Amino acid sequence: MREELFVSGRNIPNIDPYLNIWHWQIPIYLFLGGVAAGILFFSGIFTILGKDHKMRTTVKVAPLLVPFLLVFGLFMLFLDLKHKLYFWQLYTTIRLESPMGWGAWVLMIITPISILWSASYVREIFPGWDWKFDILKTFESWLIKYRLWIAWPMTIYAVILGIYTGILLSAFNARPLWNTSILGPLFLVSGMSTAAALIIMLSKDHKERKIMGRIDILLILIELFFIVHLLMGFLAGSEAQINAASLFLGGKFTAPFFTFVVFLGLIFPAILEIFELKGFKVPVYIPAILVLLGGLIFRFIIVEAGQITRFLY
Amino acid sequence: MRYGMAIDTRKCVGCSDCVVACQTENNVPLGFCRDWVVEVVDGTYPNVSIELRSERCNHCANSPCVRCCPTGASHFEDGGIVLVEHSKCIGCGACIEACPYDARYSHPDGYVDKCTFCIHRVREGNNPACVSVCPTSCMYFGDLDDQNSKIVNVLKNRKFKSLAPEAGTKPQIFYLV
Repeated sequence: MREELFVSGRNIPNIDPYLNIWHWQIPIYLFLGGVAAGILFFSGIFTILGKDHKMRTTVKVAPLLVPFLLVFGLFMLFLDLKHKLYFWQLYTTIRLESPMGWGAWVLMIITPISILWSASYVREIFPGWDWKFDILKTFESWLIKYRLWIAWPMTIYAVILGIYTGILLSAFNARPLWNTSILGPLFLVSGMSTAAALIIMLSKDHKERKIMGRIDILLILIELFFIVHLLMGFLAGSEAQINAASLFLGGKFTAPFFTFVVFLGLIFPAILEIFELKGFKVPVYIPAILVLLGGLIFRFIIVEAGQITRFLY
Repeated sequence: MRYGMAIDTRKCVGCSDCVVACQTENNVPLGFCRDWVVEVVDGTYPNVSIELRSERCNHCANSPCVRCCPTGASHFEDGGIVLVEHSKCIGCGACIEACPYDARYSHPDGYVDKCTFCIHRVREGNNPACVSVCPTSCMYFGDLDDQNSKIVNVLKNRKFKSLAPEAGTKPQIFYLV
């Protein structure tokens, strides 16, 4: 038997009895970042493939939301900072070793790109829109002319942003649940799946919904595979990693994780989407909302559970 | 130069004097601490062993907190002392997540705070407050590169361990066992 206690009576807020320094702001930010990355990726890739007329909502409508998602996500990050007035120092330093450092720079690049991208479609979506100044009109026609040139870096940065939401966590060696390289791809796929769900909700074109539905089913299957892969990897690891996996396999996060994330957030909506593709009448909102909520709850669970896991000594 | 600390777990009586000395010396706010004492009990009565450890930031040579800091607020000072520059810290909490020893905390004023090895005292040639005040003299502070220093001598002659070396952090606090 082994028992450990603080004889000096340590009880530091948010550190003891277990770490809880990152609260609700971080999972919301990771969720919004993932959705934004997914939308920009789909919009960019369908433009590159020359399908922008067939996929109107994906390429033109959904990206209009992205600047708002990203700015709101950044605001969440700002709320998380405890020394808020010093936040600008993120942008007076370049520290490539720090995932949060280069993440801040990725956001600084992709947010303006997303604003330019949506600006080039505003008049197409809202025909009554008037840019008022001639210089803005010239700028808009320049943007429209070079759309393909913007699409390439945007697609690449979208993938980086999506992976970054996972790497932000996986770079912490001290938290065994997060310290796995599968977390980056897992968060990327999950972000793309939630983005596909949002596009399905927004789209009124049956054909487009069908294509995005198929993509979403594929992404959900990959995500389920990654989750199994994640847990199997932990079970084959050190004691600290086995403890991390046991939080989901009998521990305190088992019920919420398997109920809300795996079943209601992935398996059930995938079944509904398959039914819809087979021709059954399923209201599109139901699987889409389930996928979005599942993605959000997934990030809340991973952020909170990861902080509980630690090295044993 | 490479500062380090050796702590004799067999001489420590767990009085927590080091904790109070640190709080007083460094004006640590109420309810927080930069060092703390752990009692680890192993075994079942009557075969029981107790280890008492005064713990603090390990001033790791491969510090995850310095690596993940997005602004460079967490940095190495001379002698490998890991410090936080308050005016550069944005309070993002990344270093707190990165520390396998939970040695950092968010100061009520917003920045992240931790043990500094009492660098202000060390620069004047004194020992850190915790070392100076220890009633059983169970702590040794000094330069690990100086072959004549007391700490190197102690480490040469005693068995010692560091905490969670498998984390790859290269901790510079050694526990004599």
